[in-house]
Amino acid sequence: MRFEDLLRPTPKGLYCPPGDFYIDPVRPVERALVTHGHADHARPGHAHVTATRETLDIMAIRYGDDFSAASQEAAYGEAMTVNGVSVSWHPAGHVLGAAQIAVEKDGVRIVASGDYKRRRDPTCTTFEPVACDVFITEATFGLPVFRHPDDREEIARLLKSVGQFPQSAHLVGAYALGKAQRVIALLREAGYDKPIYIHGAMQKLCDYYESRGVALGPLAPATVDRAAKDQFEGAIVIGPPSAFADRWARRFPDPIACFASGWMRVRQRAKQRGVELPLILSDHCDWDELTETILEIRPQEVWVTHGREEALVRWCELNQIRAKPLHIVGYEDEAE
Amino acid sequence: MKPFAELLDRLVLTPSRNAKLKLLVDYCAATPDPDRGYAIAAITRDLDILSVKPAMIRRLVEERVDPVLFGYSYDFVGDLAETVSLIWPTPHGRAEDRGADDLTISTIVEALHSASRSDGPKLVEGWLDILDSQGRYALLKLITGGMRVGVSSRLVKQALADFGGKDVTEIEELWHGLTPPYLPLFAWLDGRTEKPVNLAAAPFRPVMLATPTDAEELTRYDPKDYLAEWKWDGIRVQVTAEGNARRIYSRTGDDISGAFPDLLEAMDFEGSIDGELLVGWPEGGAIRTGRFSDLQQRLNRKAVPAKLQAKYPAFVRAYDLLQSGDRDLRSLAFEDRRRHLEDFVAGVPADRFDLSPLLAFSSWEDVAERRNDPPDPVIEGLMLKRRDGAYVPGRPKGPWFKWKRDPRLVDAVLMYAQRGHGKRSSFYSDYTFGVWTGPMDDPQLVPVGKAYFGFTDEELKQIDKYVRDNTVERFGPVRSVRAEPDHGLVVEVAFEGLNRSARHKSGVAMRFPRISRLRWDKPPFEADRLETLEAMLD
Repeated sequence: MRFEDLLRPTPKGLYCPPGDFYIDPVRPVERALVTHGHADHARPGHAHVTATRETLDIMAIRYGDDFSAASQEAAYGEAMTVNGVSVSWHPAGHVLGAAQIAVEKDGVRIVASGDYKRRRDPTCTTFEPVACDVFITEATFGLPVFRHPDDREEIARLLKSVGQFPQSAHLVGAYALGKAQRVIALLREAGYDKPIYIHGAMQKLCDYYESRGVALGPLAPATVDRAAKDQFEGAIVIGPPSAFADRWARRFPDPIACFASGWMRVRQRAKQRGVELPLILSDHCDWDELTETILEIRPQEVWVTHGREEALVRWCELNQIRAKPLHIVGYEDEAE
Repeated sequence: MKPFAELLDRLVLTPSRNAKLKLLVDYCAATPDPDRGYAIAAITRDLDILSVKPAMIRRLVEERVDPVLFGYSYDFVGDLAETVSLIWPTPHGRAEDRGADDLTISTIVEALHSASRSDGPKLVEGWLDILDSQGRYALLKLITGGMRVGVSSRLVKQALADFGGKDVTEIEELWHGLTPPYLPLFAWLDGRTEKPVNLAAAPFRPVMLATPTDAEELTRYDPKDYLAEWKWDGIRVQVTAEGNARRIYSRTGDDISGAFPDLLEAMDFEGSIDGELLVGWPEGGAIRTGRFSDLQQRLNRKAVPAKLQAKYPAFVRAYDLLQSGDRDLRSLAFEDRRRHLEDFVAGVPADRFDLSPLLAFSSWEDVAERRNDPPDPVIEGLMLKRRDGAYVPGRPKGPWFKWKRDPRLVDAVLMYAQRGHGKRSSFYSDYTFGVWTGPMDDPQLVPVGKAYFGFTDEELKQIDKYVRDNTVERFGPVRSVRAEPDHGLVVEVAFEGLNRSARHKSGVAMRFPRISRLRWDKPPFEADRLETLEAMLD
């Protein structure tokens, strides 16, 4: 069997002809296997969705209980058969519930890793490498300029600034699913025990993380009556990045704009967004982690789905590993 | 190197002027000599070290990194120093353990000073291996020259003044006689010694500035006490020749002599003239004055080709005389200095120096009328100077007034809005506006300028709401706003002048545009057309 007969890119997403299913389809399909709950990978409107318990719950929180006509739960380490194709689920380390999906038939195994990262994250299960013939990787930070620093140093910089500017509120822009909870958990690990204020859009997901055993400490809604602006002096406020451009942000005293993202590595990116304190925190692999993962798994072929495909493909060529870009449209690499 | 690298990073991302000043003051307080002096010189671009060419840096990195991967990365990041600082392969582990703490800005500057041209690259390579990415960025910015951290040398001088509790004019006065790392300056700012004496030949003399005025204020003054002259639209300079030294200073004491060798050549005198630097062509015994856009061809250049000098010759229109031979004239009355100036200018080359003419007037009404009807398009208003006023540095109120001509006005339509920075980061506060062009029955908007002030806080809120309610498309921090003949926001834009510009689609570029009024009442199709603007071209 040729690899492309088991899994191939189509305009709707990665398609498995023998199993008649899609992985992370970008348009409504009959049967979808979903790696994780970010909106560009988990879309509503499919007839049938298979995903981890957490991913299904997150889809229900975001889209309502009727996000698909039928759903099926998969667990890490579990193998299932879909129309004669074996499908197994493995932790991806990206956000709570994120999975790699291994698809196998007639001795050929392809792993679609979705979005993944290698470093420790107190809010989700760590990535597990799975031996395979074809490894499908993202390349969101697939350029050798992206080398994420230690998380703890970034959190320490935030806490230092909070100490330096006690009259200001530090507004931390963070993606509502995954990044926000990770920033909170890392702050707690660094010993910060004051209430952390969160934007309304994050409440349900933070509650959900707590219900799955991820301790986030005292959280309070970042809503105030107009009289009590000073209650946010010295506070850390976490909200979706878009909210800080919004009228919502005007309630805070002398706000300092922070943004937790791998893109913050590039100064001009930070400057363009008006970020004053960039925090380089990513839920994706950096360049070293991408290339080390490929060397560790040693697949026969590497397929690159989204991000800086050409650079990672070039690196594979230089290392005599067969590789090609899949050019799947619909995944936003800016969303982090 | 680490404190300097952190300073650069913070400066790049800090929008507020006061916060930048604080960062610089704190840095000077926390950093020992000679590091702080070299850092200051690096930011003001006064650090003259073996310049390392970007091509050399590129060669170094391409020995370590695949050139194709480097190319992709450079395309993405867009800045050579930043790309190299991020991509440079270093072993895992802390930079401190590689000896980064021992590598100070002075070790770098001094090592490069004594290095041969071929040793330079080797030194740089060694340092890149030791530093972390933030340190590498600072190193590369340091040795390649351009800092681009959004700090003018004027701001640095203000920070030094704040640091030492001095007046900025004192720093400006001294600045040109000092060389990095400015040890005597810091000794004085620290309070350890007296103010250093400026021993430089042809030193800068702190400039006297005018306060803006209007018809109402002027009624409190007697017109008989004042002389009037035109305010020319060039750049204010001080040209000084003493002994063998010839210097052209900007009004903040920056030495800009290098860009004007033609003028320098003609400075065959002993003295110091205060005047307006302009471009102009001798014609019938006088000089025909060029526009500001002509002068711009000569500004901010390191090398000035002879062809450019011939096409855009520089000259000075003299306003005042500060020094004549060995006589300091600054304590004399303006009227007396003016007489000295007239004699002085008569003795210098007439194609490079002329006298700013005085205007006869009898009343303030007279002045008000003349102000809006100047005889030359390169005039931006007029100056009123007290006859008995001495030349004093700074901006004292009373002896000198400037009264600009009324701004030009145009009604334009709001097209794009961009989010502001700092306190304005939640507001759409930077506006691109356009005027109509094309056929009358199917007009199109063409952008003609951008403005981010001129409105009140209350108006800002109103425009912000309008932008959010009428967004058509979003591009990162920019929104395009509904702008159609029957639906859109008309803004009255005030500006000082209009130049032709090949860089703008409209072919015109406004000088100093700002929002003067919001025309909620005006339908967009009644906004001005491009033809109206073109008719206003200077």
